[in-house]
Amino acid sequence: MMTAHNATSQTSTAVRTPSGQAASRRPWSFATPLIGKAVRKAARLAHFGGSAFPGKIAESIDPGFLARTLGQLPLGVVLVSGTNGKTTTTRMVASVLENLGLKVFTNPTGSNFTRGVVSALLDQVTLGGRLDADIAVLELDEAYAVHFVRQVKPRYCLLLNVMRDQLDRFGEIDNTARLLSNVAEATTGTVVLNREDPRIAALTDVAAAAQSVRYFGLDASLRSFFPSDDDMATTVSLPGVAQGVASSKASDAESAANAASPVDAALAAEAVHSPSGGADSGLESAVSGELPADVTLMAVGDHQATFRIDGADLTTPVRLEGVYNLYNAAAALAVVRAVLADIRRDVADMSGTRGAAAPTGPDASAARVTDVSQSDTDALLEALSTVTPAFGRGESIDVNGSKVELLLVKNPMGFRLSLASFPPEGHDTMICINDEYADGRDMSWLWDVDFTSLRGTGVAMVSGVRAWDMALRLEYDQVPVAETDTELDKAVERFVTANPGVPKHIYCTYTAMLAVRARLGHMTEVADAGVGR
Amino acid sequence: MSETNETNGTAGIIDVVSLYPKDMNIYGDSGNVLTIARRLALYGYAPCIHEINQGDPWPAHVDMILGGGGQDTGQKKIIDDLFARADDLRAFAADGVPMLMICGLYQLFGHYFETIDGTRLDGIGIIRAHTVGRDVRMIGNLVEHSARFGDIIGYENHSGQTFLDPGVEPLGRVDHEGTGNNGEDHTEGARVNNVIGTYMHGSLLPKNPAISDFLIRSATERRYGSFEPRQTKEWAAELKRIDAIAAKARAVAANRPR
Repeated sequence: MMTAHNATSQTSTAVRTPSGQAASRRPWSFATPLIGKAVRKAARLAHFGGSAFPGKIAESIDPGFLARTLGQLPLGVVLVSGTNGKTTTTRMVASVLENLGLKVFTNPTGSNFTRGVVSALLDQVTLGGRLDADIAVLELDEAYAVHFVRQVKPRYCLLLNVMRDQLDRFGEIDNTARLLSNVAEATTGTVVLNREDPRIAALTDVAAAAQSVRYFGLDASLRSFFPSDDDMATTVSLPGVAQGVASSKASDAESAANAASPVDAALAAEAVHSPSGGADSGLESAVSGELPADVTLMAVGDHQATFRIDGADLTTPVRLEGVYNLYNAAAALAVVRAVLADIRRDVADMSGTRGAAAPTGPDASAARVTDVSQSDTDALLEALSTVTPAFGRGESIDVNGSKVELLLVKNPMGFRLSLASFPPEGHDTMICINDEYADGRDMSWLWDVDFTSLRGTGVAMVSGVRAWDMALRLEYDQVPVAETDTELDKAVERFVTANPGVPKHIYCTYTAMLAVRARLGHMTEVADAGVGR
Repeated sequence: MSETNETNGTAGIIDVVSLYPKDMNIYGDSGNVLTIARRLALYGYAPCIHEINQGDPWPAHVDMILGGGGQDTGQKKIIDDLFARADDLRAFAADGVPMLMICGLYQLFGHYFETIDGTRLDGIGIIRAHTVGRDVRMIGNLVEHSARFGDIIGYENHSGQTFLDPGVEPLGRVDHEGTGNNGEDHTEGARVNNVIGTYMHGSLLPKNPAISDFLIRSATERRYGSFEPRQTKEWAAELKRIDAIAAKARAVAANRPR
């Protein structure tokens, strides 16, 4: 597709090392920050929304801007990519590094493409082109990550997973894995990989040129919670149908309903979906278990998580919910530990040769880096414990006394994980499905999600451009639907004002989420989650 | 094995094979299996779904076979098994067993697939067609027209160009170049007796009840001599409701951008 062939023919033009000189600098490039900022301001005044448009201008008049600006950062760039969990994980990595004391540049949620990064940079650089930060943590879509590493070599990359997502954009998941292998190859420092995703773990082969590879992993007890994407079809249940293969699904479902905590329920619910239970379902791969993980998620509880780090099991309170988010936390910890290891080494090297002098960069940055080099694992976990959910990952908004949780759904696995992590009992449920380019035009993915967990409570409202596709999907899973309305604004308003006091879940695709937040913004105070309204 | 559900089954059991659900399941094609199962139940039949992967024996009865799309790796995993079953599949097809083969399995049901580098992979030849690999994908919402099924609504996503042999009936006709079997001759899919091959995902069957009911009718007529639903009023009403929702979903889908 659009990127597959470009990806393999990448060259390293305009790439620079952190200390190197800018390649291909154009005579007028000194003015780029000024022009870019002016365009950004003009775009805002003209109500263009101003997110990627100024980046486009800056990219075309000064293609070296991105590399030159990010190249100043003393600690380099952390690139986060993969199908699911980029936003949450990027937010965690950036927050933890910030909490430890570093100045972090990160791209706002949703602008996970190169121009979005350029636009965000334009906002923050001085007119002299200086970026006041120690390190950048950037979330990039798989295809744009390839585009990005052609211009800027990241020092660290964190690769989360490859799942079916908007396949109309990337073609096939094996192709998506190839895109990410380009990113691993281009990384100059540490490549951090998901041990439990076979396609990601296999990237260790292409990362040979990088200095080191680290893994984050799941304890065996949690692996059944993450069924492999390859298992998808066999995990869609066929309700009310005599199956050729004997199954004990009913009793499993009952145990899910009776489970004590939401997490237990979620785990039990997943067990229901796993065709053969435990060990041979899930992302567990042939290589898993042989590779040592730097950080392993061992257990999850009610707002707490246990990680195994350096052989010790450490339990920490967390503000994030759901085992899926906590696995992303393990990923974030692994990459932060790689950054810290480099900082400690650099500081030790410097103190050996030049006393307490700073490793790189201006004085203020050097002082911060030296401070951060003292951080131990406890400090790391403490920094993690304060991170809050990102846009659409369990973000909670109070509307007229009802707690409304917004849940972003982009692909079958993500939808299933959300359904399992947020039990519907005691809640009203709404589902909004759009099919704009950013959502993915193809509705096929809805048929790979098992909605039978909603059969008991039903769904109060279905909306979005493709509301009737969603309603049809629910009908075939025998989930009662009270109302279907493609007019999203009206539907949202009716849904959130009904049954005051009853908490609500709204599952939305990306553009539907933007519309729902905008609507709720008219009704109540909605925090700016970095995407605008 | 074929236990009867208490809410249906008086009209008889229908054994449906879901072929290679493990490796040929991409793009929601399992929605087709779900749709057949639910509709059979609402017509009063007892659907028995058999998931048949590589090495699994056929069930005692085979009344319908549903197969989906897969990635290149999935196709490689099933190809040996498909050839081992080829004679059986050809016999089933000749005997009137209705089949629906989407995307990857549609291609493998043809004579051969020629990859971009010229390598020729044999198919099992149930549908007289061949496919040539291309480096551009045909991808997007698609409406095709069929005299038998009316407008067929779905989503195509393939890089192979399929050419039907002269005389082979396409499943439908498409309006625009760059869509359908090969982007050139305005055909999409193929129908040979009761065997349908198509590139349409979506899933196909939920939004195209006419095709679902064709497969069901063919299966029941072949096994029991006739299609005689034994529905309660509730089941008939539910089917009507499902089809009303499907009609609305079709109307929206038909007007969405490519």
